Amino acid sequence: MARNSPPGDADVADLKRRATSLRRHMLTMARGQGQGYIGQGLGIADLLAALYFHEMRYDAGNLDWADRDRFLLSTGHYSIALWAALAEAGIIPLSELSTYGADDSRLEMSTLDTTPGVEVIGGSLGHGLGQGVGQALGVRLSASDARVFVELSDGEMQEGSTWEAAMAGSHFGLDRLVALIDCNGIQADGPMVLDMEPVADKWRAFGWETIEIDGNDMQAVSDALARTRSRNGKPKAIVLRTKPGKGAARIEASPKSHFFSVDVAQWDSIIAEFEDSVRG
Amino acid sequence: MSAPTKQAGRTLAMGQDEATGGGRQNITAPFGQALAKLAQTRPEIVGLTADLGKYTDIHPFRDAFPERFFNVGMAEQNLVAVAAGLARAGKQPFATTYGVFATRRAYDFVAIALAHSNLNVKIIAGLPGITTGYGGTHQAIEDLALMRMIPGLVVIDPCDATEIMAATAAITDHPGPVYMRLLRGNVPVVLDPGYRFEIGKARKLREGKDVGIIATGLMTERALDAAAELEKRGISVGVLHVPTIKPFDHDAVADFAAHVDHLVTAENHVVAGGLASLVAETLFDAGVARKITRIGLPDRYIECGAVPTLQARYGLTTAAIVEKITAVR
Repeated sequence: MARNSPPGDADVADLKRRATSLRRHMLTMARGQGQGYIGQGLGIADLLAALYFHEMRYDAGNLDWADRDRFLLSTGHYSIALWAALAEAGIIPLSELSTYGADDSRLEMSTLDTTPGVEVIGGSLGHGLGQGVGQALGVRLSASDARVFVELSDGEMQEGSTWEAAMAGSHFGLDRLVALIDCNGIQADGPMVLDMEPVADKWRAFGWETIEIDGNDMQAVSDALARTRSRNGKPKAIVLRTKPGKGAARIEASPKSHFFSVDVAQWDSIIAEFEDSVRG
Repeated sequence: MSAPTKQAGRTLAMGQDEATGGGRQNITAPFGQALAKLAQTRPEIVGLTADLGKYTDIHPFRDAFPERFFNVGMAEQNLVAVAAGLARAGKQPFATTYGVFATRRAYDFVAIALAHSNLNVKIIAGLPGITTGYGGTHQAIEDLALMRMIPGLVVIDPCDATEIMAATAAITDHPGPVYMRLLRGNVPVVLDPGYRFEIGKARKLREGKDVGIIATGLMTERALDAAAELEKRGISVGVLHVPTIKPFDHDAVADFAAHVDHLVTAENHVVAGGLASLVAETLFDAGVARKITRIGLPDRYIECGAVPTLQARYGLTTAAIVEKITAVR
């Protein structure tokens, strides 16, 4: 499989089609399992499409390539989104997606690194960014120009280790490290139980070059990722304002979008509505 | 730093030589010396610390390879996370801090970021048990118990400078995660030059048929000295040195226990969950019934004070071992 080309201008229409494919995969997986962190997954579909089909450099046939760009999903319970992206990218078989969350499946409801293409065990929150700092230091020591992208969430910023890592990222001048902060406004006990605003100001104060965007606007997402390529001695943070359940109206409207569980008939009608909206 | 004198009853300053006994030859910073030497031919070795580089003997490596050394500040969770990331990028990190911080503070990171993925990271943990007078905030009295519960983590408690240097080389050859206790500063030489350290192997250092002492860490030195003293009093005491807490050498322990009348365990650690517990579990599994006298720390936090005072108070001295064995015989 051919290695992705170094990024030039993004084909936004093509990336939108990819994001729709990712959402379709996720809805099918959630229907099969009956439940899941589908709201968050749908929310970051645009980000993952832009990363895996434009911004990141990797070789689906050689996952250990030393100069590959890394994507670390720190919120491991968003695994449904990562499985969709890895399958769409040809790293795992599309046919395997139907096993999501089943006994003995590699596609766990929270990521373990035993699945090809997974760069970190997330899920115990606050683990991803520090490991991203370590990976960025490691590739720099090896004189590689690989980049390290770390997804984390607004709720996850409540873990103190996030800020330990934020301090280290700027202290070591890791300008190929990019934090992708999914601000969807929800956490386990409901809407942000501890206010994290102003999010962007916090990252700026910690020495990160920070951009704040609508995380469901593909043009904005691809432009922001392009801006993080600059070599200025500073780590980069993109604050993405995303909508939980984006693209599936009934999940978007649900107050229970942190963990979404409905019966099969409802999944079928949610999927039918999604397909209608995609055609429309 | 200004150095208070080592008067009895006086708490030692941070970084002072705290682990040593008396009367033996010392080697300074055996861990850091060994690491710096290994790093000459192994470019993948990197060093990290969390604001304790001066106090965890990694300075010889830092001075020799400054570009391969990272100080992450007072942030032990991040210390372990960064080490994990470096390992995933093909490096071999040695991360130093105090045992209390590597365990109590960074436990989730050691378990999930390191051990779950079997990453090639070595955690070198200063101030084991009572080797500092700084009290419960700095005394890692339960670290062996905590760390041996983590699947796949190798746990080592070396007894002297010779073993620290040998173990540093051995864990460099071992491809997975390791937690190693560190005796720092001027560390005594107890073992013979021919001693061979092997991960997971216990070594019988002395034959004896009346009493068998199973010891780990700095208690091995005291066990050997106690055995020599007891010999003069007509009690034949064997010593089995068990530097690897995990994987534990069950066979050697069961065999040693079967050939003595009375068993004593000696550890610089609480008696729950560490060496004594391991020996009891081993004997139960092997069907060997022996009474065990356990020497180690009680189920309480240890106060501040001078190291010799505290070690004497809690029975971690040669004299205390002699007294205990004389009493049970």
